[in-house]
Amino acid sequence: MPITLRVNGRSHSVDVEPATPLLYVLRNDLGLQGPRFGCGLGQCGACTVLVDGDAVRSCVRQTGSVQGREIVTLEGLAQNGRLHPVQQAWIDEQVPQCGFCQNGQILTAKVLLDRTPKPTDAQIREAMARTLCRCMTYYRVQAAIRRAAGLTPTVAADADGGAA
Amino acid sequence: MSAPSIVPPQVLEADARFRATRRDFLAQTGLLVVGLATAPTLVGDALAAQPPTPAGPYPDLDFRQLDSWIVIRPDSSATLFAGKTDLGQGTGTAFRQLLADELDLAYAQTSVVMGSTDVTVDQGGSGGSDAIQVDAWPMRRVAAEARRVLLDMAAARLGVPVGELTVADGVVSVRADATRRVSYGDLIGGRRFNVVLEGRNIDATTGQARVKPVSSLRHVGQSPARYDIPAKVDGTLKWAVDVRLPGMVHARNVKPPVAGATLAGVDEASVRGLPGFVRVVTRGNYVAVVFEREEQAIRGARQLKCQWREPATAPFPTSDQLFDYMRAATPSSSGAPVVVGDAATALAGAATVVEARYDVPFQGHTAMGPAHATADPTGGQLTIYSNDMKSYGLRSGVAEFLKMPRDRVRVVWMDGPQAYGRTAADDAGFEAAFLATELGRPVRVQWMRDEETAWDTKGPAYAVTMRGGLDASGRLVALDYDARAADHNHLGYNEHDTVLVAQLTGQRKQTPARGRASTPSDMYAVPHRRQTTHVVSLPLVWETPLRTGNLRDPDGPQVTFASESFIDELAAAAKADPAAFRRALFTAATDDDSGFKRARSIAVLDAVLKAYGWDARPSPRPRAAGDVLTGRGLAYAFRSQTVVAQVVEVEVHRRTGRVWAKRIVCAHDCGLVINPAALTRTIEGGMLHSLSRALYEEVRFDGRKVTSVDWASSPTLTHADTPERIDVVLVNGDPRPTRDDLPPYGAGETVCKPLLAAVANAIFDATGVRLRRVPFRPERVLAALDAANV
Repeated sequence: MPITLRVNGRSHSVDVEPATPLLYVLRNDLGLQGPRFGCGLGQCGACTVLVDGDAVRSCVRQTGSVQGREIVTLEGLAQNGRLHPVQQAWIDEQVPQCGFCQNGQILTAKVLLDRTPKPTDAQIREAMARTLCRCMTYYRVQAAIRRAAGLTPTVAADADGGAA
Repeated sequence: MSAPSIVPPQVLEADARFRATRRDFLAQTGLLVVGLATAPTLVGDALAAQPPTPAGPYPDLDFRQLDSWIVIRPDSSATLFAGKTDLGQGTGTAFRQLLADELDLAYAQTSVVMGSTDVTVDQGGSGGSDAIQVDAWPMRRVAAEARRVLLDMAAARLGVPVGELTVADGVVSVRADATRRVSYGDLIGGRRFNVVLEGRNIDATTGQARVKPVSSLRHVGQSPARYDIPAKVDGTLKWAVDVRLPGMVHARNVKPPVAGATLAGVDEASVRGLPGFVRVVTRGNYVAVVFEREEQAIRGARQLKCQWREPATAPFPTSDQLFDYMRAATPSSSGAPVVVGDAATALAGAATVVEARYDVPFQGHTAMGPAHATADPTGGQLTIYSNDMKSYGLRSGVAEFLKMPRDRVRVVWMDGPQAYGRTAADDAGFEAAFLATELGRPVRVQWMRDEETAWDTKGPAYAVTMRGGLDASGRLVALDYDARAADHNHLGYNEHDTVLVAQLTGQRKQTPARGRASTPSDMYAVPHRRQTTHVVSLPLVWETPLRTGNLRDPDGPQVTFASESFIDELAAAAKADPAAFRRALFTAATDDDSGFKRARSIAVLDAVLKAYGWDARPSPRPRAAGDVLTGRGLAYAFRSQTVVAQVVEVEVHRRTGRVWAKRIVCAHDCGLVINPAALTRTIEGGMLHSLSRALYEEVRFDGRKVTSVDWASSPTLTHADTPERIDVVLVNGDPRPTRDDLPPYGAGETVCKPLLAAVANAIFDATGVRLRRVPFRPERVLAALDAANV
């Protein structure tokens, strides 16, 4: 029985067992590469996608449970060829090192700012605490969130004047 | 479908105009006498879109040919083909800046292709933080040579001597008459240089031209945005995990449940009926299942019934017994002592003797994404799509492992999760190659989280004993360092007989590697000093999840935790300010200052104190009231020629034991800085990685297996722990800071060294309690505070 998925504004029909974790369907059937396998346990956030506006860990979400829901992946965040302000802030702040976790960082931050447009530092820490980065870009991630929120950066200005 | 990942967009655009692939180009130059059907720099979907016909053989590129390094395109832009891999620190961006400077191009006119073994020369990939310090030199010299040749051509074309020419943005013009001009593209675009270079090895590669003096560099010292970041942010980057090939199947490993167990039997019937079943592959103690779909392979690996025979003796002690074991063990080897003066006599005569022991456990890489690779055996040769930081070594190692001719194997390097030494022993790359040849079809293999956390390579555990002697005036007169590293059989780089699949399949070396224990890297002048090192081995040497390999500055955090904590203990015993105590050791009379390392050590120490706003006083500070105790700690180290000093300010919660590094300041001298913004972020990430090691990271194991298997049992630093403020001060402490031959040194790993000690020293300053065992998880801190009645 095919399952119909709405992903990045388009409908797809996939013929998989409903219990299949959404991550593998997005990656291997729909060819998306924003969400990535990190732990398969919902602990790290690398596989994050948006489901009806919530940040969801697709490695532990059954495909059958999101039928008909609005799924957005990192690839679908830009609108009309313009990056989402969070993505732009990530570039302006030169956040990623290896970048493997940044899908989860960006989407989790996007949901935070959707709900709390002007978060405090404590709210940023709390909202992001379960989205891991092993290159430890946390400091720049938090700076980028403040930048995207239009908050006065608390990060000390770069000695180098920031990235061009 | 999205763009292939290893080619920056500007290269793709240029390629569209250029209409020649890299190897077509080289074939056309006569360097490679082969036909070629596919574009070797295109991967994944691009390969799927074209028939993946055999493209080899893949001979080594000749580094003594200019065309192997640099291609000038018809639009005058230049592409550098570098034998390196950028792990996310921006080395590729830095290479482009250097290329732009030597060739007088705009930054946007440059591009770089890295790491794929059939289109780039072999510079060994990444390692040792030496991309700029070592590997950029031949790139610069080759670029300078290309400019020299282009100017010669322009002089002939324009009919004026070279001395009357000037170059900007790839256009050569006559200085006195700018209307007389010719572009690089017009001179040579899309065609070969055919210039032979010299050099006894690749690092020494040079032409006739000299590189520019530092004062003439325009792009160096700027911070162009890293070109790799947009695709990592908008989801278009195709990673090594994303490779999909026609006919590809998915493999998952089944690891021994107990370290050192031997496979007694496999019940293939336990998975044969599952959907998508392809094969169970076993050889020796290596077991993998292969299925059509990824989730099917995961289920199959969990469901496969294997009989394992447990080893007769315990493979290792428990993690709680580890340091007792290490201190009691007979070393498997000992280094020659490093001796200055007579430490034993000086200690016997010292007014005050301080002794302390420091323990650092095994710590893992625990990469965000577990090990993975895809291999394609089509046509009797192998293409491995891999994030191996040392892709060239993977190619050689796999060829040897599978007994294939080297020119039948290529590695296409693609981005992957943090590779701070993990992929230097790229288990998954070998496994994918092995499975692909077994099955005769493309195989993608990926480890699971528990497998990666338990079985990745580990940074060695250290047990260090330090003794120091102060004279009556509090001056350090004797220092004794004795280290034991659990580092027997430290893995090499992609060796065909030490990667895990080789161990498990029985293709292993006759003799394990000796391993090593390291000594502190400081410029302290101490009249009597002795440093002894030993390596101890655990009972299980092969097929163990406690195999050691290089983890971001392989021994530095362990060694420097001991040495820089102890300097602080000595300063406290002398009732001296820890900064003044160190500075006195720098300024002692000396005549050995190779590379001005002592002068630069003084410069970074002064810079970090100034940036922090350090008030000179002994540690600990007077005990504060309230639940939150604040303190600051200092530590310093160098690696090769790069010198750093760090101050960490912590808050220690008296009731919970939680330590928060609220502020970190780092002064960093790596000589000439190419890209300050990229360097600053690399420093920040490296320091927080070490902060994670200081506060959380420890590989736990019972006597049979590793029990750290996920992010709950193997905690890491999180957003909640992030410092409120990080200051990075880039220092140039060279005695002639503007000299035209100021060299760039390495960056990245040096900052990992001092941070653990800086945190411990800050905790001591805040609480008066000295933590000598890493990590400082809340329960350990709380126990130490309780024991001291804090």
